[in-house]
Amino acid sequence: MTIKVEATVNGKSVSADVEARTLLVQYLRDYLGLTGTHVGCDTSQCGACVVHVNGQAVKACTIFAVQCEGASIVTIEGLADGDTLHPMQEAFRDNHGLQCGFCTPGMVMAAVDLVTQNPNPTEKLVRERLEGNFCRCTGYHNIVKSVVAGAKAMAS
Amino acid sequence: MYDFNYHQATSVGEAQTAFNKSEDPVYLAGGMTLIPTMKQRLSNPSDVIDLGGIDDFVGVERIGNGVVVKAMTTHAAVAINPDMRSAIPALAALAGSIGDPHVRNRGTLGGSIANNDPAADYPAAVVGLGGTVRTTSREIPANDFFTGMFETVLEPDELITSVSFPIPDAAHYMKFPNPASRYALVGVMVVRTGAEVRVAVTGAGSSVFRVAEMEAALESNFDAAAIENIVIPEEGLNSDIHASADYRAHLVSVMTSRAVSACS
Repeated sequence: MTIKVEATVNGKSVSADVEARTLLVQYLRDYLGLTGTHVGCDTSQCGACVVHVNGQAVKACTIFAVQCEGASIVTIEGLADGDTLHPMQEAFRDNHGLQCGFCTPGMVMAAVDLVTQNPNPTEKLVRERLEGNFCRCTGYHNIVKSVVAGAKAMAS
Repeated sequence: MYDFNYHQATSVGEAQTAFNKSEDPVYLAGGMTLIPTMKQRLSNPSDVIDLGGIDDFVGVERIGNGVVVKAMTTHAAVAINPDMRSAIPALAALAGSIGDPHVRNRGTLGGSIANNDPAADYPAAVVGLGGTVRTTSREIPANDFFTGMFETVLEPDELITSVSFPIPDAAHYMKFPNPASRYALVGVMVVRTGAEVRVAVTGAGSSVFRVAEMEAALESNFDAAAIENIVIPEEGLNSDIHASADYRAHLVSVMTSRAVSACS
């Protein structure tokens, strides 16, 4: 079954005819060419595919594109302002919050959502709220540092 | 994943009509179990009926001496709801402990209890608090709702519309989460209302169950010491690579005593 899915992605109107079974992450990567959103585990666990749908962080591998008809979606490509990185992206760079970088798009999207809901998060809260995002390189220490620093930068 | 016909329902009637016209349909709530199951080809519905567009299916409301949660309310919304946090903080905390933040932004109360995963958190709350499940055709007391592993009394086309939870005097949910999935290896909801105490256990058996011996002991003396000599038999409990049946039996006692201590 093919269905037209129209949405707003990173502020632009988009449209594609997709099969009903198309996942949001496939819609973004394969139809729109937005490959910043990664497919890690494809089993709802690792969080590499986290994007914002109508202001909420979701795992794009566990939602159908058809469920996002009319939605406003933000991906990692939508955070930076031209060549100026989003404060959270800058904080990940400054604090060495990534090594291989595979998990980073999901980490940053999860972190921005976390800070939007909790503008001044403690380290403990950051660790709890990153339960849905796996990193196999850093041991999380610098990711947590990045998120705390990014929260401060977003507030200023 | 196999392809399917997709229906976006805008009303309960539309959802049920689409369901009854389809060969092998399934309702889609938050999709946090259904979509992974379909991806693994463990589920192959001909038609998926999305409940996400139905008006008046989301919300938390304090009504009299209870709190009503509509079926498509997400775990994240329950966890931060001010009425829920003041009336039944244990239930708000339980909702905030399900899965991870992204799962909580999609997963719903109705979807969770209709699926009745043996390791899901919400069944312990519904049974522990003595909730009432409202559906498109009736009201079902918690004790009658869950019938076995992934099974409930729901008819195929019947939809949960809301669950009402009476406000208890004290309640606490304590779980030992699987460190990878965050599902409950064992989770125990302890609830005290007047002289009545309920102990509802998830994760340990094929479906949520109450522990009558512990409830009776706690009704005489609401203190963790009252249950320290009660042994939970391991027969019939779940055993897998994560935990053996006797370990789960032990965890039921430990989680119950911690929940009781946290209540008082």
